[in-house]
Amino acid sequence: MSHEAHHEMPFWQKYIFSQDHKVIGIQYGLTSLLFLFFGFFLILLMRWQLAYPGEALPLIGKWLGEANMPDGKMLPEFYNQLGAMHGTIMVFLGVVPLAVGAFGNYLVPLQIGAPDMAFPKLNMASYWAYFCGGVVMLASFFVPGGAASSGWTSYPPLANIATTGQTFWLLGMVLLITSSLLGSVNTITTIFQLRAEGLTFFRLPFFVWAQLVTAFLLLLAFPPLEAAGVMQLMDRLFQTSFFMPSGLMVGGEPLAISGGGSALLWQHLFWFLAHPEVYVLILPAMGIITEIIANNTRKPINGYNIMVYSIIFLGFMSFVVWAHHMFLTGMGTAISAFFQATTMIISIPSVIVLSFLFLTLWGGSIRYNTPMLFALAFLPMFGIGGLTGLPLGLAASDIPLHDTYYVIGHFHYIVAPGTIFALFAGIYYWFPKATGRKMSEFLGQLHFWPSLIFMNIIFMPMFIQGLAGVSRRLYDGGATYDFAHGVLHLNKLSTHGAWGLVIAQIPFIINFFWSMYKGKKVTSKNPWEATTLEWDAPNIPPHGNFEQPLKVYRGPYEYSVPGAKKDYSPQSSEHI
Amino acid sequence: MSTAEIPFTVESRKDTGLYNAKLGIWLFLASEMMLFGALFSSYILLRVGATNWPRGSSILSVPLGALNTTLLITSSLTIILSWAALRMKDFKKYKLYMGVTIILALVFLGIKAYEYGMKFEHHLYPSTSTFMAIYFTLTGLHALHIIGGIVVNAYFWGPGSRMWQTDPERFTNRIEIAGLYWHFVDLVWLFLFPVLYLL
Ligand code: HEM
Ligand SMILES: [Cu+2]
Repeated sequence: MSHEAHHEMPFWQKYIFSQDHKVIGIQYGLTSLLFLFFGFFLILLMRWQLAYPGEALPLIGKWLGEANMPDGKMLPEFYNQLGAMHGTIMVFLGVVPLAVGAFGNYLVPLQIGAPDMAFPKLNMASYWAYFCGGVVMLASFFVPGGAASSGWTSYPPLANIATTGQTFWLLGMVLLITSSLLGSVNTITTIFQLRAEGLTFFRLPFFVWAQLVTAFLLLLAFPPLEAAGVMQLMDRLFQTSFFMPSGLMVGGEPLAISGGGSALLWQHLFWFLAHPEVYVLILPAMGIITEIIANNTRKPINGYNIMVYSIIFLGFMSFVVWAHHMFLTGMGTAISAFFQATTMIISIPSVIVLSFLFLTLWGGSIRYNTPMLFALAFLPMFGIGGLTGLPLGLAASDIPLHDTYYVIGHFHYIVAPGTIFALFAGIYYWFPKATGRKMSEFLGQLHFWPSLIFMNIIFMPMFIQGLAGVSRRLYDGGATYDFAHGVLHLNKLSTHGAWGLVIAQIPFIINFFWSMYKGKKVTSKNPWEATTLEWDAPNIPPHGNFEQPLKVYRGPYEYSVPGAKKDYSPQSSEHI
Repeated sequence: MSTAEIPFTVESRKDTGLYNAKLGIWLFLASEMMLFGALFSSYILLRVGATNWPRGSSILSVPLGALNTTLLITSSLTIILSWAALRMKDFKKYKLYMGVTIILALVFLGIKAYEYGMKFEHHLYPSTSTFMAIYFTLTGLHALHIIGGIVVNAYFWGPGSRMWQTDPERFTNRIEIAGLYWHFVDLVWLFLFPVLYLL
């Protein structure tokens, strides 16, 4: 029996080079959580400089090296590295691997009643490609000139002439892209091929749908960035001029290159990936939230079908909005008009999903546990992030707002109190399945409330600063600009909020490790009384997941069905 | 009992009509399409924006390019024949046709290397002009795909072919997959050749 066989495997095969989707999911989870905390640490250093420009950072400032922080004072070059690497690490090494690599990997096979992913070896390869990409990115801090410093967007010509760290960035990205390609092929194949008997597409949990659309975005949007990365590598290593226009001067000297390239070409290729990438950041979060809201309102999700059609539509549309990041590049009014129109259209499906989730709350008998609190907070936070995106999508209002703190506020509302809250919600919700124990409710609330408050203290002031015109790329936080003086005091508020957010994560870290060993044991496979298939697997599911093959009889969210004995009707039970 | 057996590795699933690896390779090829598509788009954008752009045939050797095109088309044919041979349970023929496929690919690479050498001799490097840059990038990336294909095909010709004894159906599937990949690499070249050498 394969269950027994599993236990005989040596340690390294069971936990290090494992091919079991659950172990790989947890590997992804732990690695990406570490990267999230590391990326958070980088931004804390930046926030110090923004709130107290030019002042020595007490205690740890000295450790960070004479080349970066002489006497504990941050150099501008180091500030730029921190900014570029914060964005890169948070997006490509933190949030996406956690949302897709960890949650997708762990839950998709369980939710569709499959024994594993379709290609276990590829799955393992994809984790290790991610891991190596992360190592390359971290190593780049130690090469001469330090890490990449041209922003997470790596715009040339700046990035082309940057120090060696940029080459590491590109190589790291190639590995990360490889990882996500392998992962997305695997996810799509798994969902199409390994669904349990009776599990038709419109019986799939919304989470699985979200992962499916996400996988298609990763599959088709990442290769153009890979192409761009190859071209930038060629520019840097073989002195080609893909992104270098003719007549470029650096430091007063003309560059010895053939020229004739286009810096805008990079921007097009980059945003062709990076706009779909923002939906990669948000779709899995919507998926998690939907599962949790259905479970804790004890109601079917209103408009499930429409939500599914919405995100499919959103997936298609996300390939034709990319140039809304480029209104200031002089594309001309006709092209701007096209991208404004598509941008307004793409906000419709997000509004639909959000509205249906709000509607689902209506009349539900809501259980306010920790996962549900995070899920409930997600809704308005994502709402703020999405609504503030609309003015950015119209060229007239984007021109003054572009590259200000307003943009930073916009997408952080979506990613931080939005996506990251959803990921926390997911961790609290599925923890019992993965470990057999529940996380502490008390520590969970101690994590949630301060986090919610501090998130808003950090990001709300950014809208005000941005509307006042403060650029997002200033080493001194705006002190050299007169017009910024009225809003500069907000820099301190934001920074202090960030410190508060650090403290608010301590209960989570304690809770996470303490509950793993000492948390309250759950007595049932289905502690939340949920309907989807993952709750049919034993807690800490063995290799192969289920005790017997499952059969599916109904849709994913049949809660409180009139006439049923219980207020939940699992997908796998024939009689309600 | 917990079974770790993954279904549809060999036989097709009814509602999708595919076995896992076949869907997997189509998805992979879709992403490859986007990779080369992005490079082709870049080519167009750079060319449209350029003040002057050389005619490919004035720099590259059209006869060698045409020869390479013929080689790849032929190899696409032989790999189909090798798969067909397996379907007919003729393992010897399979070995023959797969062998020929690999040799054709190696000759292709040899000619490509010779062409590169000629360019270097004339001091034409990637850094010389945007045309040379895109030429080396596109053909280089394509050559990497050819090398990858050779490695896989050689494995299936040599040690990997032992699976024919134990699991012939699965092995036949594998050759089908390898063939799909190989057609794709061939197809990319069918775009590269006219775009770079003729236009
Ligand atoms: C709901 C509809 C949305 C609209 C209309 C919208 C619109 C925009 C626009 C026009 C910009 C460019 C602003 C500029 O640079 O001047 C932008 C930036 C950005 N948006 Fe959104 N957005 C929306 C949703 C999202 C979502 C769901 C995410 C997911 C995380 C997101 C993440 C980002 C990021 C990361 C940037 C900044 C990229 C950078 O310049 O570094 N947005 N958004
Ligand atoms: Cu966008």
